[in-house]
Amino acid sequence: MTADVPGRTGLSLSDLAMVPVRLAMSFIDAPLRWVQKTFGLGGMATFFLLPNMLIFGIFVLLPFFINFAYSMTGGTALFLPDRSFVGTDQYARLFDCANYLDPNSCVEDTFWTAVGNTGWFVVLQVTLMIGFSLVTALILNRDLRARSFWRAVFFFPVLLSPVVVGLIWKWILQRQGLLNFGLFSFGFEPHVWLNDRTWSFAATVGVSIWAHMGFYTLIILAGLQAIPKDLYEAAEMDGTRTSRVFLRITLPLLMPNLLVVIVLVLIRAVQIFDEVYVLTGGGPGTSTLYLTQYIYETGFATQLRNPGLAAAASILMGVVLVVLTLLQLGLSRPSEKKGSRK
Amino acid sequence: MSRAVEFLFRRKGGNGWHWTDIVTWVWLVGGVFIMFGPAVWLVGSSFKSPAALAEFPPTILPYVTQKATVEAYDKPLDLYEVTLDDGSKATLAEVRRIGVVSQMVDPVKPGEIVKVNIANRTPVRQMSFAAENYTEPFTHFDFVRYLWNSVFVTVTATLITLVVNSMAAFALSKYEFRGRTFAMLLILATLMVPLSVIMVPLYSIVSALGLFNNLWGVILPTVATPTGVFILRQYMLTIPDELIDAARMDKASEWQIYWRIILPLTAPALAVLAIFSVVWRWNDFLWPLIVLSRKELYTLQVGLSIYSGELNVQWHFILAMTVVTMIPVVLVFLFLQRFITTGIAGTGLK
Repeated sequence: MTADVPGRTGLSLSDLAMVPVRLAMSFIDAPLRWVQKTFGLGGMATFFLLPNMLIFGIFVLLPFFINFAYSMTGGTALFLPDRSFVGTDQYARLFDCANYLDPNSCVEDTFWTAVGNTGWFVVLQVTLMIGFSLVTALILNRDLRARSFWRAVFFFPVLLSPVVVGLIWKWILQRQGLLNFGLFSFGFEPHVWLNDRTWSFAATVGVSIWAHMGFYTLIILAGLQAIPKDLYEAAEMDGTRTSRVFLRITLPLLMPNLLVVIVLVLIRAVQIFDEVYVLTGGGPGTSTLYLTQYIYETGFATQLRNPGLAAAASILMGVVLVVLTLLQLGLSRPSEKKGSRK
Repeated sequence: MSRAVEFLFRRKGGNGWHWTDIVTWVWLVGGVFIMFGPAVWLVGSSFKSPAALAEFPPTILPYVTQKATVEAYDKPLDLYEVTLDDGSKATLAEVRRIGVVSQMVDPVKPGEIVKVNIANRTPVRQMSFAAENYTEPFTHFDFVRYLWNSVFVTVTATLITLVVNSMAAFALSKYEFRGRTFAMLLILATLMVPLSVIMVPLYSIVSALGLFNNLWGVILPTVATPTGVFILRQYMLTIPDELIDAARMDKASEWQIYWRIILPLTAPALAVLAIFSVVWRWNDFLWPLIVLSRKELYTLQVGLSIYSGELNVQWHFILAMTVVTMIPVVLVFLFLQRFITTGIAGTGLK
């Protein structure tokens, strides 16, 4: 379809390739004229909307609603009609704890371990991610030569697949890896980083920041560039100090943009899975087991799989995400108004 | 901040460096190493032989110890530069090593065995790119299969996404009908329902449709992207309605209006969506991992993660396959980065 674009420059191979497509399109036209005649413009609107809504209904809306029913059933059967109704048992099981501060006292101790891990991960990752992206964006917003090159440097990992990201870092952190080589040349002992509970947790935080930082830097940079330049000129005229300019002009004006970024980072941090699954597989032990992996393993990967329990856990995660998304919508609306007032 | 600071602390005329200048350069130069370094290291490592990969400390470039075939010995022997007792130097081949003593022979005169302390020998090394890391996966693993599966999923899903999303966007931007706002809200609400929340029931639906262990089971759930509808609709809203009215006056059917007027005019937005979609589908991991359990159906991402999770990881193959997996995305990055960055800055969506 996009072959249509270069087609404008004259007759080319892509034009030739488009011949069957054009034929097909005009072939479709006759029955559609009939539809249009019979059902009117409204009918055509439905026709155009239908494919998207059908796919969307079957693969997004339907599972969304079925999920609630799923979380009320037990057993290992796959299809909903074959499953036995258990009411809120799955939720009760998830929340069955002697002491809520100690995951080991719970029936589903791995769930609470995953919740705890995800909590720590979110706090650390979001803070550091915002910090790094903000500093990078501030630096990229200066008068730099070759700014688009520097921007590209930080953006590059964003496009890499999570599996590739995981493998790149697994290769660096392994025993004979680059990190140990670097430390070795400074006289340190090599260390198997991913076998160490603390270090592998730190690695998942660091690697996810490395992979996604460029994306948020880009959004913050767009926000920085929207701040009127005359404010800085006025500050310069008054001889205001750099730190004061940042705290009194940059930060307040960037705040709406920054809040949206914070929520975006939060939403994605809660769902972390791919890179971590490849990098550590949740280990060692359960030290990097996060919520999505818990849901995946409970629902699909373990011997005693329990789809009902996985569904219940996924709904709890969904509630958190909905709250965060509504927060984002609430935060982004006032910023739009500000933007239009300019 | 930039202009003001830059003006105040310009380095011309001996004004010296302000601390922000130093931070900037440290940050940027460090950024190049930290962002590119790991990927470059991976590419470099992918050309090393298994023996070179196991070495510690590793070398930057792929070196191998030179070998020589010596008469009366079956296997090729490693060559060493040896300093002999009388101080002369020679190139000898190692037969076996016992403790700190290495038994060596001269490849030219294989008759006599020379005993050498291992402190007095250094391996003869030469640079060699292990191209077999790249060629062998094609025969050892079903690498071609995975590659084909990934390409098939990416191309098909992107084409369907473009058609389906653009049709929906056309309806939502150019027609007045009841429930339009509701449909738009419904689509946008999907942003709140990520895969990790619905994967269990989605799996049962895909299975019920007979799409388990089927590439279409990977493709279909991904194609009705809310982001795509949103980007295209925003773009189509800027196309003047007069064009459509004029076309209707000329007896064009609605389908012709969509196909011959709206789509060509939406080309820039379609291009952005196509780039995004290719990257998304190429990189998809969790959903293919769930739907595809038969080896011959794996996409590259699933295949890579499965093989790298094995007990004895064959890193020389994994690294090479990772590099191949990176290629399309790096090409997109090199040539189309501008589209993506403006796309992200414009919509804030990824």
